[in-house]
Amino acid sequence: MNVFLDSLAWLADPVHLAGPNGVPARLGEHVLYSLAAVAIAAVVAIPVGFLIGHTGRGRTVAVALTGGVRALPTVGLVFLLALVLGIGITAPMIAFVVLAIPSILAGAYSGFEAVDRATIDAARAVGMTEWQIVTRVELPLGLPLLIGGLRSALLQVVATTTIAATVGAGGLGIYIFTGLRSNDYTQMFAGSLVVIALAVVLEVLFSVLQRLVVPAGVAAGRPLDTRVTTSRSAAAKATSLQEGTQ
Amino acid sequence: MINTAKKGRLTVLGAVAIGAMVALAGCASSDPLSDGGDASSSSDAIVVGSQQYYSNEIIAELYAQALEDGGYTVDRQYQIGQREVYLPELESGSIDVFPEYTGNLLQYYDKESTAKSPEEVESALADALPDGLTALAAAPASDQDSYNVTKEFSEENGITSLADLKDYSGSLAVGAPPENAERPYGPPGLKSVYGVDVTSTPIDDGGGPLTVKALLDGSVQLADVYTASPLIAENDLVTLDDPENLILPQNVVPIVSDKVDADAKAIIDAVDAVLTPSDLQKLNAKSQTDQESSGTIAKEYLTSKKLIG
Amino acid sequence: MTWIWSNTDYIWDKTLVHLGLSVPPVLLAFVISLPIGWLANRVAWLRGVLLTASGLIYAIPSFALLVALPGIIGLYPLRSSTNLIVGLTLYGVALMVRSTADGLRAVEADVLQSASAVGYSPWQRFWRVELPLAGPVLLAGLRVVVVSTVSLATVGGILGINGLGLLFNDGLQRSILAEIGTGIVLTIVMALVLDGLLVLLGRVLMPWAGREPGPRSRRQEAVTA
Repeated sequence: MNVFLDSLAWLADPVHLAGPNGVPARLGEHVLYSLAAVAIAAVVAIPVGFLIGHTGRGRTVAVALTGGVRALPTVGLVFLLALVLGIGITAPMIAFVVLAIPSILAGAYSGFEAVDRATIDAARAVGMTEWQIVTRVELPLGLPLLIGGLRSALLQVVATTTIAATVGAGGLGIYIFTGLRSNDYTQMFAGSLVVIALAVVLEVLFSVLQRLVVPAGVAAGRPLDTRVTTSRSAAAKATSLQEGTQ
Repeated sequence: MINTAKKGRLTVLGAVAIGAMVALAGCASSDPLSDGGDASSSSDAIVVGSQQYYSNEIIAELYAQALEDGGYTVDRQYQIGQREVYLPELESGSIDVFPEYTGNLLQYYDKESTAKSPEEVESALADALPDGLTALAAAPASDQDSYNVTKEFSEENGITSLADLKDYSGSLAVGAPPENAERPYGPPGLKSVYGVDVTSTPIDDGGGPLTVKALLDGSVQLADVYTASPLIAENDLVTLDDPENLILPQNVVPIVSDKVDADAKAIIDAVDAVLTPSDLQKLNAKSQTDQESSGTIAKEYLTSKKLIG
Repeated sequence: MTWIWSNTDYIWDKTLVHLGLSVPPVLLAFVISLPIGWLANRVAWLRGVLLTASGLIYAIPSFALLVALPGIIGLYPLRSSTNLIVGLTLYGVALMVRSTADGLRAVEADVLQSASAVGYSPWQRFWRVELPLAGPVLLAGLRVVVVSTVSLATVGGILGINGLGLLFNDGLQRSILAEIGTGIVLTIVMALVLDGLLVLLGRVLMPWAGREPGPRSRRQEAVTA
């Protein structure tokens, strides 16, 4: 309990709140980098994911990519890029985008895939064009899973941004590293608390968003969760959706 | 479908694979669970530790090989991150020999110390160390913080000393390890002693390639690089003079536990006696530029100084 | 490149240590998540609570967690392998609980009733019927856990915890790109190899499970379910 209290006191100290190295400033940097990275990754991954989901092609490559990136050590990637490109946010940002793309891609295509083919056939039968099907049927129905992918990606980037402080890029990690090198565990713990709080807040926000975004008709008359009933289809789902944060 | 015979073979294969994996993991030469805990060595082996800093590891390896040549069994525990971890282990005897740096270690035990010169610091350290720890004689070699600028910057602005900085009209950012911001010789010290305003750009590579690259790229104007780093000479950097002795001297000093006997101490002293600042720089260059391992570097150096073999 | 050839011993040692630090958390996570997942499946309201809790834990950035754990638990030093193993196990459990709960839920009630009718006790039924049938889902979850654990274990290197992560630290300080690259490649390879071993294990233990279906057959399964 002592550590908690000490760290909270550290965080409340006005000295630590003021200026460019203050907690609010670093928190702001951290959030900014993370959102920017996810935005960039989304611009690339969402259209591609929709394409894969709509046409059903290229899925194996996408699944392999998602799985492969899970094995990629983020620390190594950030350090490598920093050695080549120098200090600052450029090197880590590239790493962030690389790590964020697979989650968003998975969210995008699985969102589309989850839409029952019968619904799409019905839409075609009613006379909708391909584009209308995408925007009026697949997109709204697939939105929850897409948001889930965005949420995974954001958490992954928030986690990696913590490490970016090593290479002169700012962010909340700076407290952890300064504390580490100065034998100041209170500072380290305080820094980690803020990062954890940020992650939890984002997780909750996005979970709520995910639920809100489900179209009213679907939520109301929600049939049996036909997607996850047999062991095998559940297995296929599990591999594409479960992401990690590093 | 897999028939029973094939399934039987697959089961065996699976079992062998798992068994092999477990056996291999058990064969790891360092016990994963002994890091940060007690040394799993035989009672008369001397345990030599090092910091998570390649240069410190080289010095530790110098001691280790010299001791081995003197007939001792040596157990190596390198890359330990924090003083909070290894100092208690030194006190309790789980680690026996550790290369340290006079200034920082003194600061660790006595933040209020006013010792400035290398000799003052060394004797203050001897007083400040707790029971159970002894500092042997410090080596001439030192590895302290130093503020560096590029050659162009120095020539264009006529800056060769920290005292010159206050005349510089532009903004000054220093690329330094994160803890520099809170140390007495960091920006607060520069302000109070030299009247210079400097902002910190923390870079956590131990005054290494990222820091120097930032200096060369112009992202920062000053770089805190350790004096023993080969990067200073390699990049023609100019180390600024420190007339007020703001920066604490950091001579290499071995800290030993009570378990280390007089003969072993003599062996370690012999190594330190010959270790000059330029020698340390050359050893570091072998590691950074030539990418040699600490074992190879130590062996070459000790052989050339006729301390082993 | 020459760095690699001159340091094969060092590299191999780090690889073994890393393996020794990655495998126990996965096993522990599997064992610990079984009762938790079973509970989540049995007690309706617990399911929501446990799944939310595990989701939250998984959201926590690993580096921050490793830093915070010694402060919370207070039993071991920051840079000890114990810290890393506890952190990795925590993540593993958080991931596996969902898989276990989903997998057990997917076992059809009819099958369970038949098993009871034939005379299985609840304990036997769990081990001989429920668990094997939930196997494929559990395996899928375990594969994800193994891969993330191997990769996450490198984060310990920044704190000085032994393993492939140390290659990143040392490579950065000495500017040896090959060292960092080696660390990255070996981590990925180890993750893929362990993943492959799990797949093999799955085929051996559950030969009746067959392969995963593609998107086309999903509709059929949805209909027959």
